[in-house]
Amino acid sequence: MIGGLFIYNHKGEVLISRVYRDDIGRNAVDAFRVNVIHARQQVRSPVTNIARTSFFHVKRSNIWLAAVTKQNVNAAMVFEFLYKMCDVMTAYFGKISEENIKNNFVLIYELLDEILDFGYPQNSETGALKTFITQQGIKGQTKEEQSQITSQVTGQIGWRREGIKYRRNELFLDVLESVNLLMSPQGQVLSAHVSGRVVMKSYLSGMPECKFGMNDKIVIDKQGKGAASDDAGKSSGKQSIAIDDCTFHQCVRLSKFDSERSISFIPPDGEYELMRYRTTKDIILPFRVIPLVREVGRTKLEVKVVIKSNFKPSLLAQKIEVRIPTPLNTSGVQVICMKGKAKYKASENAIVWKIKRMAGMKESQISAEIELLPTNDKKKWARPPISMNFEVPFAPSGLKVRYLKVFESKLNYSDHDVIKWVRYIGRSGIYETRC
Amino acid sequence: MMCDFLFSLVCTGEIFELKAELNSDKKEKKKEAVKKVIASMTVGKDVSALFPDVVNCMQTDNLELKKLVYLYLMNYAKSQPDMAIMAVNTFVKDCEDPNPLIRALAVRTMGCIRVDKITEYLCEPLRKCLKDEDPYVRKTAAVCVAKLHDINAQLVEDQGFLDTLKDLISDSNPMVVANAVAALSEIAESHPNSNLLDLNPQTINKLLTALNECTEWGQIFILDCLANYTPRDDRESQSICERVTPRLSHANSAVVLSAVKVLMKFMEMLPKDLDYYGTLLKKLAPPLVTLLSAEPELQYVALRNINLIVQRRPEILKHEMKVFFVKYNDPIYVKLEKLDIMIRLASQANIAQVLAELKEYATEVDVDFVRKAVRAIGRCAIKVEQSAERCVSTLLDLIQTKVNYVVQEAIVVIKDIFRKYPNKYESVIATLCENLDSLDEPEARAAMIWIVGEYAERIDNADELLESFLEGFHDESTQVQLQLLTAIVKLFLKKPTETQELVQQVLSLATQDSDNPDLRDRGYIYWRLLSTDPVAAKEVVLAEKPLISEETDLIEPTLLEELICHIGTLASVYHKPPSAFVEGSRGVQHKRLPGSSVESPDTGSAAGVSEAPPAVIPSQGDLLGDLLNLDLTPPTTTGPPPPASSGMQMGAMDLLGGGLDSLVGLLNTVLSEAVSLRCVIPALQNLSSHYTTCCQVWLPAMKAKGLEISGTFVRRAGVIQMEMTLTNKAMSVMTDFAIQFNRNSFGLAPAGPLQVLTPLSPNQSIEAALPLSTVGPVMKMEPLNNLQVAVKNNIDVFYFSCQYPISMLFAEDGKMERQVFLATWKDIPNDNESQFQIKDCHLNSDAASNKLQGSNIFTIAKRTVEGQDMLYQSMKLTNGIWVLAELRVQAGNPNYTVSTVLVVLAVFKSCAGAAVITIYYQKK
Repeated sequence: MIGGLFIYNHKGEVLISRVYRDDIGRNAVDAFRVNVIHARQQVRSPVTNIARTSFFHVKRSNIWLAAVTKQNVNAAMVFEFLYKMCDVMTAYFGKISEENIKNNFVLIYELLDEILDFGYPQNSETGALKTFITQQGIKGQTKEEQSQITSQVTGQIGWRREGIKYRRNELFLDVLESVNLLMSPQGQVLSAHVSGRVVMKSYLSGMPECKFGMNDKIVIDKQGKGAASDDAGKSSGKQSIAIDDCTFHQCVRLSKFDSERSISFIPPDGEYELMRYRTTKDIILPFRVIPLVREVGRTKLEVKVVIKSNFKPSLLAQKIEVRIPTPLNTSGVQVICMKGKAKYKASENAIVWKIKRMAGMKESQISAEIELLPTNDKKKWARPPISMNFEVPFAPSGLKVRYLKVFESKLNYSDHDVIKWVRYIGRSGIYETRC
Repeated sequence: MMCDFLFSLVCTGEIFELKAELNSDKKEKKKEAVKKVIASMTVGKDVSALFPDVVNCMQTDNLELKKLVYLYLMNYAKSQPDMAIMAVNTFVKDCEDPNPLIRALAVRTMGCIRVDKITEYLCEPLRKCLKDEDPYVRKTAAVCVAKLHDINAQLVEDQGFLDTLKDLISDSNPMVVANAVAALSEIAESHPNSNLLDLNPQTINKLLTALNECTEWGQIFILDCLANYTPRDDRESQSICERVTPRLSHANSAVVLSAVKVLMKFMEMLPKDLDYYGTLLKKLAPPLVTLLSAEPELQYVALRNINLIVQRRPEILKHEMKVFFVKYNDPIYVKLEKLDIMIRLASQANIAQVLAELKEYATEVDVDFVRKAVRAIGRCAIKVEQSAERCVSTLLDLIQTKVNYVVQEAIVVIKDIFRKYPNKYESVIATLCENLDSLDEPEARAAMIWIVGEYAERIDNADELLESFLEGFHDESTQVQLQLLTAIVKLFLKKPTETQELVQQVLSLATQDSDNPDLRDRGYIYWRLLSTDPVAAKEVVLAEKPLISEETDLIEPTLLEELICHIGTLASVYHKPPSAFVEGSRGVQHKRLPGSSVESPDTGSAAGVSEAPPAVIPSQGDLLGDLLNLDLTPPTTTGPPPPASSGMQMGAMDLLGGGLDSLVGLLNTVLSEAVSLRCVIPALQNLSSHYTTCCQVWLPAMKAKGLEISGTFVRRAGVIQMEMTLTNKAMSVMTDFAIQFNRNSFGLAPAGPLQVLTPLSPNQSIEAALPLSTVGPVMKMEPLNNLQVAVKNNIDVFYFSCQYPISMLFAEDGKMERQVFLATWKDIPNDNESQFQIKDCHLNSDAASNKLQGSNIFTIAKRTVEGQDMLYQSMKLTNGIWVLAELRVQAGNPNYTVSTVLVVLAVFKSCAGAAVITIYYQKK
């Protein structure tokens, strides 16, 4: 199991060091600094073995978090734990920075004592932790409160406490998708997938039982068959989507999903991520990028890029940005664009073209002349792909929320009394077109 | 900033200040002072001097302050054991506190303090806490048992904590169950043979129930534990799989990977024609692909594991090639792993896409990645025959870019393509030759030289090209030198007239001016071959080469099986068994897939022991030289020996080599025990006496933190002894020596402890004789007389392996009665016999017989037929196996002068426990 956990600043100074196992000594702290943080070459693996001691590290801005062990631990678990550790710290004091860590080092030690025992991760849900680890210290708990805390920390529903009350029962659902594309210069889709998240903000009283429904092809087809109506099956078939795979927050009953494909759960209070999913079929690609790069002699490049929006004309895409890479030996660039603003950014080796808004079914164009310094560098320019960023108000996967039902039998509010909000946001993930 | 100040303090003056603050009456001031102490501790400064003052702050109802003091205690208690006792009372009191959080905190902290006196006081509170009414306390106590076991295993057993821990598996609270499982698994790892985690269908059922309810971490502990269970039949295996599959949709990647591990393992037990088997295969792909959208570090872990899964079950991901395409901003470690998997998944169906991608990658910036991409193109060509032509043309395009490292890498892979598809793509040689000058890496140079040599007849100026390399011969790396030597010999055999001078030049460079034994040996072999029999030389050097196989870097199957059992763990990231990177015994047992038929000869532990045992079998000439221990033996020649005799020597070597293999095949059927005739050959070579192997360095000081061990084996008055010289080449004194053997072919084991009584000071040597018994546990080793030894001292445990002369095992009572000998000899079927020759033996039959008797090889009878002396001999191995031999000595010359060449043929006969050797001992 995890033998120790260290946090360093960018200079390699230790900010936090907590050792859980006897086989990890102080020299491990230095070994990591010398071999990884101060290493001359760029680190080539997140797992490093130095003298039979393994170091797992992640970096958040310029802070290094390293877990150390001498045993054959579950590597995936160690990384998941490090991410979790970051989440917990962020939830307690915001951004992970040297200053914040120094200001909260007592709290961090307290957290580390609680969520890692002898190197075994324990309950690390911030909701539960916040009930008994506070910066103010615990004052005057009654016996009931204490046992409530412990039963929540160890209980089946470790993510929610009893006795939550809201005057207004309300919930917000955000379907956030990032659409990824790799396209060949000829316009052939090399790979495309959507990775989506359903984020829920729940402000519900009591211990509500929720059921979430979406236009999952498998569910719709099953229902279509149940109604024995072929027409319904066909018409809904258009609207339903094939989900390649999905993963759920630990509140969702996985065995029920496995057997009935229904998503039922008791949600944590406040904001959390209900599910993640991935689709690859029938993706709506909001934009198409058509590049044209021509080398004119050895000292000039002509670039023309057309973008076409491909969705309902009534919808508006926002924050559009096209990034056209330029060679390292660029000496000057002239740009002309029909819409938005375009600039050559020498420090980033790219022409950045920004458009604030663009409606569906439109097209726009940029052309640029790039002058190059002659070099005798034998190596050819690698021609990185043209990448694009945008935000659209629909889900490129086609996912639709069908319902989210809330049942709370003990309190007197029903599904109808809950105010529900649903929002769809599609963003670009890695949206690249080779040129 | 207050805290910046905290982090920058502490020199001796400040210690006093802190002391005063710690003893202050004001609570707030106290707390600030303890915070400062902890801050200094973090930075690595020594604040142990404040121990009593900090401990004084422990008695407080402020939980935050208490936690800080506990943190301090965990760090310094070990250095101040006597003072740590002061804390015991508070701990014991806290364990009775009405607040469960404080009870748990106390028991958790006490377990972290590794001081014997505190541990004694821990037992009672721990016993109470294990039965506490509050689940939070119980789950903490469960882990505490593991802590205590790490400090004092005996105590845990004596106090019966293990049973209580086992009871917790049936606890009503899922988190208590999970922690109990984690603690038991860890304890069980250090007791490989104990039945601690007694997994039976009932407990498995309990675990599976808890699996649905506990935290993500608890699910990992339980799944990892489940993976160690072997279901009784396929039905049980299927029902477990059904209950584990829902975990594949968990948001935590570690839960997913651990579930994959369980499924991959239990799948082995399912019949392949079962519908469920196919369903399960289909269910595995999506979660594995999803892992690739996790954070990069997890992607890396996932990819390393997918690499294993793809090798074991390629069908799972065969349609998912696209997800492994490299993204421009993937970290380099993810890119390299993806590339590996792409090659593994490449097939005729997707090769066009793969090639297009690889070509794209070959223009990237990162040198390592580009090289790997180029290499991948070559591997595709070898793997998918239909694509070979496209691959070659892609490679040629890449060579045209003239990017130095791309060209070099391309040439290396083209060499492999030539090997795979001979006489197909040789038209590109001209293009390759154009780039000769730009090659500066040994591997690329060697590849190019190989190509020139192999196709010398098609390259007009092959001799000029090779000659140009020859100029800087001594500056080249060994790889290039060897290749150049071979290439020029090939060239000479193809175009003998023009290249005589060149070949002489290279032979003399290799044999006379080089220090490298490999190079010299190869030089001599070629020299002798060429001077004796050019026709034979042609057959040997220009022999048809076997085609190379498709997959070059597959993980060896037994290792792969073991790694599959370790999915998700570090072992699967390193692609090494845990024994290769974990110290001590913990977690080093080898895991196997259930129902697998592959029997492995202990590959894992061999890897754990030293990599290369010092080679003991000296070359043929030497062996026979000391076979009969004759002083007249001419020393092994240093210059090139006369061609005629060297030719003979080569032949004999082949005969022996070939004989060996057939013998092994024959013996596998006959000898049920661990003995194969492989042992007998070295035995005969060592026939002469107990002194054959001279003292060898078994464990070089470099590998063993300064301890050097050299030694030899002898048999004295029926007792086998291992005589060792231990030398301390380190700076510090070494004490507490102990020795242990791994199981071996003849059950050798130390008959007593290693007698090194005085501490070994630096630069001192000590001789120790260790008597050996032959009643230890038996396991077949490779080679048969290999012995793996572990030596321990106060510094560490070291492993090495050595080989003992078989003659050491010949027992004193190995003289068979004449009648029995005759009967046995006749009974043995002829096809069980084998023969070989011994040369360069300058003894007459009587002298030989005497010599052999010294090694417990007894002459039963002697007869003379047509001037040939026939000696019938018997010997008995310590494990009761008899070896019978016939030794034929031919005296060609009536004067009994000892001639230079002796041919000895041996016939091995063996039957149920008896092996017969006939040795023809011939004299000219």
